[in-house]
Amino acid sequence: MSLGTHLLSGDPPRGKILSVLVAAVVLLLVVTPFAFPGTRSMAVAERICIFVVLAASYDMLLGYTGIVSFAHTMFFGIGAYGVAIALTRLGVGWGAVLLGTAAGMALSVAIAVVIGLLSLRVRAIFFSMITLAVASFALILATSLRDLTGGEDGLTFEVPNVLTPAFHLVDGRVLGVRFNGTLVTYYGILILASLLFLFLLRAVNSPMGRVLQAIRENEFRAEALGFRTLWYRTLAGAISAAVAAIAGAMMALLLRYTGPDATLSFSLMVDILLMVVIGGMGTMYGAILGAAIMVMAQYYLQPAMGALSNAVAGVPILPALFHPDRWLLWLGILFILIVYFFPTGIVGRLRR
Amino acid sequence: MIWSKARLGDVAPHLLLPAIVLAALPVMGVSNWLVLTVAGLAMGAMLFLMAAGLTLIFGLMDVLNFAHGAFITLGAYVGIGVLAPLAGWTSADSWTLNLAAFGIAVVVAMAVSGAVGYGFERVIIRGVYGAPLRQVLVTVGGLIVAQQLFVVLWGPNAIPLIKPTAFRGSILLGSAAIEKYRLVALALGLVVFVALHLMLNRTRVGLLVRAGVENREMVEALGYRIRRLFIGVFVLGTALAGIGGVTWALYQELVTPQIGGDMTILVFIILIIGGLGSVGGSLVGAMLVGLTANYVGFLAPTVSLGSNILLMVLVLLWRPRGLFPVAKG
Repeated sequence: MSLGTHLLSGDPPRGKILSVLVAAVVLLLVVTPFAFPGTRSMAVAERICIFVVLAASYDMLLGYTGIVSFAHTMFFGIGAYGVAIALTRLGVGWGAVLLGTAAGMALSVAIAVVIGLLSLRVRAIFFSMITLAVASFALILATSLRDLTGGEDGLTFEVPNVLTPAFHLVDGRVLGVRFNGTLVTYYGILILASLLFLFLLRAVNSPMGRVLQAIRENEFRAEALGFRTLWYRTLAGAISAAVAAIAGAMMALLLRYTGPDATLSFSLMVDILLMVVIGGMGTMYGAILGAAIMVMAQYYLQPAMGALSNAVAGVPILPALFHPDRWLLWLGILFILIVYFFPTGIVGRLRR
Repeated sequence: MIWSKARLGDVAPHLLLPAIVLAALPVMGVSNWLVLTVAGLAMGAMLFLMAAGLTLIFGLMDVLNFAHGAFITLGAYVGIGVLAPLAGWTSADSWTLNLAAFGIAVVVAMAVSGAVGYGFERVIIRGVYGAPLRQVLVTVGGLIVAQQLFVVLWGPNAIPLIKPTAFRGSILLGSAAIEKYRLVALALGLVVFVALHLMLNRTRVGLLVRAGVENREMVEALGYRIRRLFIGVFVLGTALAGIGGVTWALYQELVTPQIGGDMTILVFIILIIGGLGSVGGSLVGAMLVGLTANYVGFLAPTVSLGSNILLMVLVLLWRPRGLFPVAKG
């Protein structure tokens, strides 16, 4: 096995167009700071990296295990708050970052295991309902525990010096780009996101991943073959929760801010769901394409819709339909169509 | 079942609601207790209207409609649309005219929600029977699109809705002031429950629905078209959500595009507590949620926001399938 396929756990994108697309996204992410230097394009690229991790960890649950959780943003939020609280309470330093991330991961895994053992025993739909309830409870907690979380306003904090623009790796510019903390942050996120993605790809291609897919296809048969389906589902939930918490920690370090709307809201959950389903459930690479499409849509589709809305001004209802804030309407329709006609999303389509 | 042979464990779920109501009495004093109990039961009645349809739909066809909240919102907006032109009736201080306007709003909301529910079943749900994962995804997609459409049609801002004149104010019972509208809501909820109960237990259609809940394949094998029956139940369920929407909107006196979506979690908690698929369970669950919210809000305001989740966790630890689980054949 070549090094490339080995890194990808023997599960490359497959299909010419798909391989080119995935490679193009990855390449663009690698060269963004040099090819498109600018706060906006860097922010888009960084968000894509983090959401690839978040969506891929969700795909492990949704696409590979076949259970719908609405608490994925909660784990993302716990990771983000872990770092935020550690940095505000313990002072700025890598120790605080690591401790906050570790605490967030531990809490996420603990909650995921409890929810899994409590609800998956009954039936999978119970899991969906209970995760929805627990996630809303987490949002309430984050806004009401003002002393710890900063309430509605959230927490703004300092990050270690290496990640700030004031830090200089090399004096002056190289290739027209400042080698400062912003660049360190960017490549730090890119490398960590890549490692986490490869880890998830390895996990779903491991024997455990095969069992998860067996459960998705036929739970009864998997159980009859002697696999403890409850245990495997809970394990999948725990792994995906831990990875989501790391993604949350990355987001907190990037924004230097953690708040309820940015990390815990239901609309964020909807975004993740759209990413995984549009990209392709149960494919992992769908997370890359889905996250790229959704984040780009958020940043670039809205202005385009605004222009369209102005163009049809005067026609009844049409301007309201194309109002920039209505972009979710169109993505929602796209989402339903994809679930109906292309259940494996873009990736599944391109692999045929 | 013979009562003398029934174990306490079988009766306990029936006793939970009265036990909580009675236990609250000595803690808060008679007049507070009366106000809070009526408030809790009224809230429970409105929640029951929203939850009953969902639990029936799930019980019969194993479809959990995450877009149920959209039908609540639809009912609320239809309520505005009906009550605004009837302002002459609603502003008159007459129970007859007010009730007539309210009745028309309820009936129209039922009709519109039911009709849209029919379309929703045909377009969205029909293709995903027996595929739970895709059901969840498709209905969540339906909710996203519906909430956006509400904003397109009625704008993003909250629209005020004034209660009919006779429904405002309160009745004095001793020193306890009981809001009139709460009594209206409670009465409506109980009427709907009795009607549903009679329909399920005294009619042929009801018999088929109950049989379908217990063993769908057997009913199909006996030659009944369960699909057609299910469409009827789906329309009924969404129509009930419409009633719930009107009633809740009049209680809140404010309608937002999220009014129904915000209730989804509470409705799910009720279903989980009551037992998925059980209409009686959803009534008890709704009353429990309503009472808990009011009692806890009075006794310990700081924990009130999480009280429903706490209630759900406690019930689940006691009975993992809810208080009144539906026996599946």
